[in-house]
Amino acid sequence: MDAILEMRGITKTFPGVNALDNVNLAVRRGEIHAIVGENGAGKSTLMKVLSGVYPHGSYDGQIVYQGEERHFRTIADSEKLGIIIIHQELALVPQLSIAENVFLGNEQARYGVIDWLAQMGKTKALLATVGLDEPPETLVTHLGVGKQQLVEIAKALSKEVKLLILDEPTASLNESDSDVLLDLLLAFKAQGITSILISHKLNEISKVADSITVLRDGATVESFDCRAEPISEDRIIRNMVGRALDDRYPKRTPAIGEMLFEVRNWSVYHHRHAERQVVKNIDLHVRRGEVVGLAGLMGAGRTEFAMSVFGRAYGRQITGTAYLDGEPVDLGTIPKAIARGIAYATEDRKHLGLVLDSSIMHNISLANLDGVARRLVIDDGREATVATDYRRQLKIRSADILQITGNLSGGNQQKVVLSKWLYADPRLLILDEPTRGIDIGAKYEIYTIINRLADEGKGVLMISSEMPELLGVCDRIYVMNEGRLVAEMDAADASQEKIMRSIVKAGEMAS
Amino acid sequence: MSLKFTAPAAKEARPPQPPARTSMRGHLREYGMILSLALIVIFFEKMTNGALLLPLNLTNLVLQNSYIVIMALGMLLVIVAGHIDLSVGSVAGFIGAIAAVLMVQFHLNMVLTSVLCLGIGAAIGAAQGYWIAFFKIPSFIVTLAGMLVFRGLCLVVLAGQSVGPFPVIFQKLSSGFLPDLVTGAKLNVTSLVLTILLTVAMIGMGVRNRIKRQRNGISQDSALFFGLKNAVMAIIVLGLGYLLSSYRGLPNVLMIMIVLIALYTFVTLRTTIGRRIYALGGNEKAAKLSGIRTERLTFLTFVNMGVLSALAGLIFAARLNTATPKAGTSFELDVIAACFIGGASASGGVGKVTGAVIGAFVMGIMNNGMSIVGVGIDWQQVIKGLVLLAAVCFDVYNRNRS
Repeated sequence: MDAILEMRGITKTFPGVNALDNVNLAVRRGEIHAIVGENGAGKSTLMKVLSGVYPHGSYDGQIVYQGEERHFRTIADSEKLGIIIIHQELALVPQLSIAENVFLGNEQARYGVIDWLAQMGKTKALLATVGLDEPPETLVTHLGVGKQQLVEIAKALSKEVKLLILDEPTASLNESDSDVLLDLLLAFKAQGITSILISHKLNEISKVADSITVLRDGATVESFDCRAEPISEDRIIRNMVGRALDDRYPKRTPAIGEMLFEVRNWSVYHHRHAERQVVKNIDLHVRRGEVVGLAGLMGAGRTEFAMSVFGRAYGRQITGTAYLDGEPVDLGTIPKAIARGIAYATEDRKHLGLVLDSSIMHNISLANLDGVARRLVIDDGREATVATDYRRQLKIRSADILQITGNLSGGNQQKVVLSKWLYADPRLLILDEPTRGIDIGAKYEIYTIINRLADEGKGVLMISSEMPELLGVCDRIYVMNEGRLVAEMDAADASQEKIMRSIVKAGEMAS
Repeated sequence: MSLKFTAPAAKEARPPQPPARTSMRGHLREYGMILSLALIVIFFEKMTNGALLLPLNLTNLVLQNSYIVIMALGMLLVIVAGHIDLSVGSVAGFIGAIAAVLMVQFHLNMVLTSVLCLGIGAAIGAAQGYWIAFFKIPSFIVTLAGMLVFRGLCLVVLAGQSVGPFPVIFQKLSSGFLPDLVTGAKLNVTSLVLTILLTVAMIGMGVRNRIKRQRNGISQDSALFFGLKNAVMAIIVLGLGYLLSSYRGLPNVLMIMIVLIALYTFVTLRTTIGRRIYALGGNEKAAKLSGIRTERLTFLTFVNMGVLSALAGLIFAARLNTATPKAGTSFELDVIAACFIGGASASGGVGKVTGAVIGAFVMGIMNNGMSIVGVGIDWQQVIKGLVLLAAVCFDVYNRNRS
C-alpha cells in the first residue's frame, strides 16, 4: 500500500485526560479518507497533532509523511510540506476581499509591495478551480457560508496542497452547497490530491470516502476499505458508539391536546435592509404535547421567524398576532416572551447561547435567576441543587457544575443550553437546529428530552436542516421556503422526497 | 422530576479531575495577587527601615488611596460589563469644584451639598450611559468626550481659581477618625473592638460559605488550607487594626470604604444584578436572549460609576481642603490600572471586587513606598507601568495555560 501518511501509536494526554490513546491512521496516496467518531472521540486532537498545533514532543508516537518521519513544531512546518487543514470555524477576515484572504500571509509581493494584478489573476484562476463565480475583489463578508468555505479551499490550493484536511466542512452548509463541496473533493482526487474528511454526516461519507477510520474515546476502533466491500451505515454507527443503535429516534406515543400557541399573518422585515421581507404572512400553530417541525433550506427564514416570535429578538416591522391558549398575547420583548412561557434555544450556542467564560451552573440559571433568588439575593445552595439536578438528568459530562462551559464538547454545551431553557419552565420551546454538530449518542439523548417535554404537555417547535431527524421526531412538519410556509404535512405521510418536492415546486412558482 | 433514558450513555471518556486541583487553580490568581501584595509590603518595609507600617504612615496610606479604591469599585463593574470609563477623574474634579462653590461661596449646608453632588454624579453617569447603552456609541469615545467636557466644566465652575477652605465638618469626611467612646486609654478601644468584630464576621461568613458548599458537594479547599488562610487573614486584619488604633483610630473614610467594599462584593457575588452584569460582559447577545435587559443594565453601571466618582470627588476635595482645577487629573488611569492589576479582563465578563481593591493598594503602596525611599516621580511612573504590564502578562499566561 502506497501510504502518503502514517500516524503510528499516537498518544496525547492533557492534565487528567487521555485524549488520544495509541491511535493509528494510515492514509493512501490519492484517496479520500474519512475520520468519524463522536464528539470528544479525539478527531480534532489527532488533526492538531498532525498539523503541528501540538508540537513534536508534546505527544508520543510517530508521524511518517511521504516516507519520512516528521517532527512538526508549528503549523508552518506542516504547511510547507503541503498539509493544509481547514477548520470547522472558518478563518477568514470578513472585511477583506476574496483575493486578500486567499493570499493572506502569502501575498504576491516583491519587497513588501503587493502585485495586485498577479494576485487578482491567480485568485481568479483558483476560484475557477473551486467553481466559485465571484469577482476576486468581493468582500468575504458579503458571501454566504457555502461560498466562504470555497474561498478557504481556494486558499488551501494556493499553497500547493498535497494533503487537504477538512474538519466538518459541511456542518453549516445546506444540501446543495454540501454537494458542490463533495464534488470538489472528488475532482481533487482525480488530480491526485489526498483528502482527510472529518464528518458526522454518514450519507456524505458513504458518497465520497475510499476508506473510513472510526475513533472512539481517543482510540482507533476500526479502519474500513470501502472499495473492497460496501460498508453499511449501521456498522459505522455501531463502531462509533460502541453499541447497536436499533433506532436512531426514541419512540413516543403522541398525546396531542388543546391548541397551545398560534401565530396568524406573521411578517418580518430584515433588520438592516428595511425593504427586504424575510418572513411572509405565516400562519402556524402548535398544540399541547405536539412536536412540530419546521423544514427548509438554509436562508428560508426559519431562524428569523423563530427569533421574531421570541420577543422580537430579530427583525423590524414585525406584524401579525400571536395567540397563547387562544388569547392574543403580547410578546414584545424577550423578558415578556419568557414570562409567557416561550423559550428559544439558539442554533449558534457559542455566540448566542452560552456565556463561555462562566460555569455550567451560572449558565443554567441565567434565564430564570429569580427562580434561584430571594428578592435580589441569589441562594447559591438552591442554584447548585438546580444545576446538579440538570447535569444528572441531561447527562452533562463534566468534572462538576463549576466547570467553565467554554471547555465542554459541543454536545455537552448544547445540553447546558437546553438545561437553561428547561429551567425557565417554558410552555412552548423553540429549538433551532438542536443537534447541529453533535454526536449520535448525544443526539439520541436530546431527542429523548424533546419527547419528555411533549409528554409533559408542552409544545415543541423544532427547526432542523436534517430531514431524517424531523421525520423521526416530529408529529407534524411545516415546510418553509423564501419566507413563506409552502407545505404542511403529518409526519406519518411525510418523506424526504415530499419535503424537497414542495420546496422545489415553491421555488419554481416564485420564479 | 425523574427521567429515564432508554439509551445507555456513552462511556465516560474523561475521569473527573480531583476537586482540590480545580479549586486551587481557580484561585491561583487571587492568592498570587495577595502574595505579591505581601511581598511588596515586605520589600518596602525593609527599604524604608520600617517606616511603611508606622501607624502614621499606615493611616496616610488609607487616606491617600480611599478615593481610588472607591472609584475602582464602580470601574470594576463597568469593565466587567465590557466597557471603560475615562471620565472618572474629570468627574471627581468637577464634583469637588461644585461642592466647593456651594459650600464656600453659597454657604449651603454640608449634607444638602453632598446629596446634591451625588445626584449630579448620577446624572453625569446617566448622560454618558445613555449614549453608550441605548445609542451603542463605544464607551471609550463617550467617556473620552466626558473627560474633556467635565475637566472644562471644572475650570468654568472654579473660574480657574482654587476655592477653599471647606467647613470643618466637611473636612472630617476625609481627615476625621472614629471617636473613641473609652477616654483615657492609650489605644483607641472602639476602633480595636470594631476590628475584632470585623475579623469575626469575616471568618464567620467564610465558615458559613464552606458549610454550604459542602452540603451541595461543590469542590473546595482542604480544611487545613481553609484554616491557614483564615488564620493569616485574621492576623493581618487584627495587626492593621491594632496599628491604626495605636495612632488615632480608624479613619472615617476607611469605614466608608469597608462598607462599600462589603456591599459591592455582595452585589457582585450574590445578587441577580451582579450576576447579570457578568453575563452581559461575558456574552452580551446570549445575555439578551436569556431575557436580561442589557441596555438598561449597561446604563445603570454608568449611573453607579457616576455616583462613586462624585463620592470620590467629595472625599478628595475634603482631603485637600480646597477644590483645584487640576483635582482628579489622571485618576482614571490609576483606577483602571487597579482593576486590571486585580485580574479584570479587558474583554469583559471577568473580574472581582477584592481583586480591584488589592490592585488599588498595590499601586498605592508602591506610590507611598517609593516616595519614602526617594524614588523620583519620573521613575515611579516607569515602575508602575511595568508592574501593570507584568500583572496582565501573568493573567494572559495563566489563561492560555489552562
